Formats: sequence, C-alpha cells, structure tokens
Amino acid sequence: MIKLYDYELSGNCYKLRLLMSILGVDYKTVPVDFYPGREHKSEWFLKLNPLGQLPVVDDDGLVLRDAQAILVYLAAKYDAAGTWYPRDNPELLGEISQWLAFADGITSTASAARLHDALFYDFDINTARAGAHRLFRILDEHLWFGERQERQWICSAKQPTIADIACFPYIMLSEEGGISRQDYPAIRRWCDRIKRINGFIVMSGVFPAGPAKAA
Amino acid sequence: MAKTRCLDPVVLNLWHPLGALVELPVDTVVDTVLLEERLSLAVGLGREVAVWRSCPDFVAGDKIDVASVSKSLPAKVAFGYLWASLGSPPDELFPIPEYEETDRRRLNAATFGVNVSAPRAIENFLDMGHFPYVHTDILGVEPHTEVKEYDVDISVERDEILATRCRFFQPLASSASETGAEVEYIFRVPHPYCSVLYKSSPVNDARYDVIAVFMQPLSQESVRAHMMLCILDEDNEDKVIKRFQQTIFGQDKPILENQFPKRLPLDPRAETPIRADKSAIAYRRWLSQKDVRYGVIPASY
Repeated sequence: MIKLYDYELSGNCYKLRLLMSILGVDYKTVPVDFYPGREHKSEWFLKLNPLGQLPVVDDDGLVLRDAQAILVYLAAKYDAAGTWYPRDNPELLGEISQWLAFADGITSTASAARLHDALFYDFDINTARAGAHRLFRILDEHLWFGERQERQWICSAKQPTIADIACFPYIMLSEEGGISRQDYPAIRRWCDRIKRINGFIVMSGVFPAGPAKAA
Repeated sequence: MAKTRCLDPVVLNLWHPLGALVELPVDTVVDTVLLEERLSLAVGLGREVAVWRSCPDFVAGDKIDVASVSKSLPAKVAFGYLWASLGSPPDELFPIPEYEETDRRRLNAATFGVNVSAPRAIENFLDMGHFPYVHTDILGVEPHTEVKEYDVDISVERDEILATRCRFFQPLASSASETGAEVEYIFRVPHPYCSVLYKSSPVNDARYDVIAVFMQPLSQESVRAHMMLCILDEDNEDKVIKRFQQTIFGQDKPILENQFPKRLPLDPRAETPIRADKSAIAYRRWLSQKDVRYGVIPASY
C-alpha cells in the first residue's frame, strides 16, 4: 500500500490526500512532526528526501518526492479513466505542466506568507503577499475568460485535471497568510466547483462547500 | 517602569507565556514580541531563565550566559513554558495541580501565530456550540448539536471563571479514543488570556485530560497561541498526540481570524448571546470587572 509521509497542516500533503480520495486510492499515513519538531530535517527523513521537504510517498518501494511530481505519478498510474492526467493528449499535458509550475509559484508566495504568519518563518512577508496577489490576479483572469468560453477548470478539458488539485490548497489557505481572495471572484467560483468534485475531502482550514444554490 | 505601548496596567502586570522550554535552544538569545515590545530571552542548561528588552548587544542566535543578564524582566518557568511580565506580576501564576501528576504526557502541541485578539481566542475556546460544525466528526457531529444546560461561576476567592457540568457527544474526543462518547468538560479561565480545559479521559473514567491554551499577546489583534497538553495516553507517540491537537486548532484558525471586530466587545449589547454562551457572558463580565482594556472594546459607561 502507498505510504504518505504527511503533515496535517501542509497544503502540499493535502493535495495528495485529496487526489487519492477522489481516485479512491488506499494509502497509509506516516505522520511527520514538521512543526514544531522539524522532523523533515531529521537524519532519517533526509535519507528519504535529501531536500528535507514534505510530502514523500513510497509506493511499494518506489520513493517519490515533490507534490506536483507525485500528482503526475498518482494520476498516471491510478486514474483508470485517464482524465486527471491524459497521457495521450500532448497539448493538454503541456498545459498541465505549465500550471503545475504555476502551483510551485503559489507555494513560494502564498504558502510562504502563511508559514510566516502562523509558524514564524523568517520570510519577507510583503514580498510573499505581493507575489501571491500577482499570481492570483493572473489565475483569476484566466478563469474568468474561461467561464466566458464555458471552461470550468484551469486547463482546456471538460474534466478537472491535476493542475486544479495542485493550485487549490494554498489558494484556499491564503487568508492565513493575510492574502484576501475578495478581489478574485472567478477564483472563488472555481474553488467552489472543486469542493463539489466527488470524493472531495477537507483539511484543517478548508471547509466543505455550502449547499448548492437552488436553480 | 519603562514606557510601554500597552497602557493597560492590568495586562502589563500579568504573567505572559513566551515559549515552550523544550523548544528553546540552551544559552542562546531568542527574540520575541510581547504587547508590542521587542523582547529577548534565554534559557540555561539548569532551566534558569532571563528575559530582557531587546538591545543591540545581544542579537538572536548569539550565545549567552543566562546569569550574566543584568536587566532581566520578571521571568519564571511554569507548566513547561517560560513566562515574563512587563509590570509587577503576582508571585504565583494560577495553579494546574494535574501538571505534577507523573503519569501524564506533558507536551506543547504547538505554538501558532494567529491574527486574533487574545480574548476572542479564549472565548472561542470556551464555546461548545461550534464543535459539530467546525470540528466535524472529531469533537462533534450532526445531529448532536445541542449544548446542554451547564453551570458557570465566577469564583471570587480564586478569581477565576469555572464552567462545570458541560457535556457533549464527541465522535473522536482525543488521540486515545476508539469510539464516540458523551464527554464531560470543565472549563477554567484563571487569567484574562489563558484557559484550562478538563475533559473526561477515554482511558480512565475517574480522571480528566487537561488541555490549556496560553495566549501571548503580540498586539491587540494578534497572538502566539501556546497549546499545552497534560493528558493520559500511554500508547501514542508524541507526534500523533500533537497532530490531533494541531488538526483541531487548524480548524479553529480561520474562524478566529475572521471574527469582526477583532477586539472583543465587552458591552453586553454589542453582540447577541444565546443560552449556550453563558460562559462567554461570564468571561466578558469578568474582563469588565477587572477593567481589562487591551484586546477588548471596553463597555461605554
């Protein structure tokens, strides 16, 4: 069975729990005391991931690090319908990769701001927040124009892809870093659509969607 | 007394928590903030402590001999944390007798920064009504949403609030729980910014787990929340116990940070309480009686 080296309050760990829940993949959690214990910098963990970062998965001996890379692996291997990472569609794979890199940008801005405010990391908070707003503005416009073309998700597919899963957590947790989503209505609507995907689960700080509005 | 940004003598004269001792490096300068003042602190190998107003002579990370600090503010160690005061604090901090029981696990579950006033955070800690909605499937679950009648007293002798006979159905009351159970709670508020919760232990009917929150006010609208656990659990690793508590706190965090106004209004007409809020009403009244002004919106006269 897949082992997920996990910290409950990590958005990057949550995106893997979320995808595995949606795909119905069984896994076992190995808790890592990221805070306050800094166990991800401990000797045993560095053997697993020399970068000292969560998450890591071990699937029957295959050890992988990096949340976005693991999303690619899980979807390619366990999504029988092949919609979350459509391996036979080069254009879509290009788009997905582009937005997976964008998700890394969200981690280094919005997630950094949250680590600064909640866990006292020594980051420049103003730079982190400004960087996050810049990315949120770009994504909001992209989603807004998408809605005009009846595109519901980040990539131009009928169904959501791992790009949506990759970007979702640290956007949803952004207020914990003092980054309001008030000015991003298309992002807010997209977040609600993600919350209505079958198999959606929450983490601490993320609440389920309210009841759907009557038509 | 040196000039302070906080002008509330009641709050200045309190003991305030600054950090969990086990997480502080020995003989090393650590910086923190209390009531908008920059402070530095250090802990020695024998748990001797010093806290002083930050100065350029010692910067964070410097090695220091704690005994050499000459201008230390009042400082002490209690319940595994370093406490300090910017005023003239009482000799003793409030007691938690259970902390001395040697068969308990005593941990700092975490220290989190939260953009909330200390009194708003304490009031949320006293509230059971939110359990099924915010801590779904852990501390509560629908349809078990009723907050049953409970008792609240302000003890004049001990100068603290005591809420007793609180009961709530919880699917997963602690890291040691195996099934759902009706759990009994006792809440104490022995300090304007600290609360101690007793809840029936899933492993021993006759005893309680003790969970305390100690708020370190950074400003009127932001805190470092220290969560102390003093519980009965022989099986789980420390990190599993901490994870349980951090999960709960992580669920409360967005609720706390979205409260408006951020400071707690003490005017009884400012917000409309319901019967389940009895302990919150007593808390607000008690803060008013003490004339606490920092982190609150005082009632107008």
